[in-house]
Amino acid sequence: MPERMTCPVLVQLVTEYLEGVMPPEDAAQFEEHLGRCPPCEVYLVQFRKTIEICGRLPEEVLPVEVKETLLAAFENWKANR
Amino acid sequence: MSDGTSASAILLSDDDTALVARLREGEAEAFEELVDKYHSALVRFARLYVPTHELAEDVVQETWMGVLRGLDRFEGRSSLKTWIFRIAANRAQTKGKREARTVPFAALASTEAGQEESVEVDRFLPPDHAERPNFWSTLPLDFDNQPEARLLSDETFAEIRRAIDTLPPMQATVITLRDLQQWSSTEVREALDITEANQRVLLHRARTKVRRAIEDYFARANGTGAPSDA
Ligand SMILES: [Zn+2]
Repeated sequence: MPERMTCPVLVQLVTEYLEGVMPPEDAAQFEEHLGRCPPCEVYLVQFRKTIEICGRLPEEVLPVEVKETLLAAFENWKANR
Repeated sequence: MSDGTSASAILLSDDDTALVARLREGEAEAFEELVDKYHSALVRFARLYVPTHELAEDVVQETWMGVLRGLDRFEGRSSLKTWIFRIAANRAQTKGKREARTVPFAALASTEAGQEESVEVDRFLPPDHAERPNFWSTLPLDFDNQPEARLLSDETFAEIRRAIDTLPPMQATVITLRDLQQWSSTEVREALDITEANQRVLLHRARTKVRRAIEDYFARANGTGAPSDA
């Protein structure tokens, strides 16, 4: 019988796994595969790190003109409310 | 209403409550915090409705004006960010119609969630391979071996931004809200009016491409050219 949880299948399911919405039988197979397949384990670590780094991306610096316009609008709002 | 035991206020987090109070007191720094936090995500979001980046910037400008106008009436029936993004959606819809472009989100989401081929197919041996069917042909690069300083470097951040900029608009918006802005899947689903399943597929596609961009960058930085062959 061909294996169902192959490496290419596993990489499709990583977000489903991390979101905790995977049916328990599938999650068990997913974890069983990870336990015997180092590259897939590395891949999962990559994926987790990617999410972590995205979460630490600094806020984009707004162009000075944009910020000045908005802060002027704020002062204007304050003066006229 | 007698049974409405201030259910409205309960939805507002302590942070939101404090921020709203500071805004109402006219504290410019509080408004600046808000703008820094949401402006670029709002532009990304508005871009789903209007055809150009410039129009999206206009929408967000109008959104901030709307936020100021509505601030004294804001009752906290939703979180501050949900309220702000709703204002943006209204402005963007108005402008999108004027620009003769209305995007049915559900349609856009399912287009981006369907069609494309499976992720990472090029990384695996074919199913009929004699020795290792379906096994990795190009091993994933171990991020744990990267110097900590590189993981969180400006260059890495720039690679991520570039990768997100090249994503289809729904995928770009979903990863921005989920992973950069740390929204919950429910918040994203509601803001974009898409199904849970589509949200997850869009997020997965986006993460996969950003992951690849980081891996390629690390491989170049290591001087190995491409991730090593198995
Ligand atoms: Zn594997």
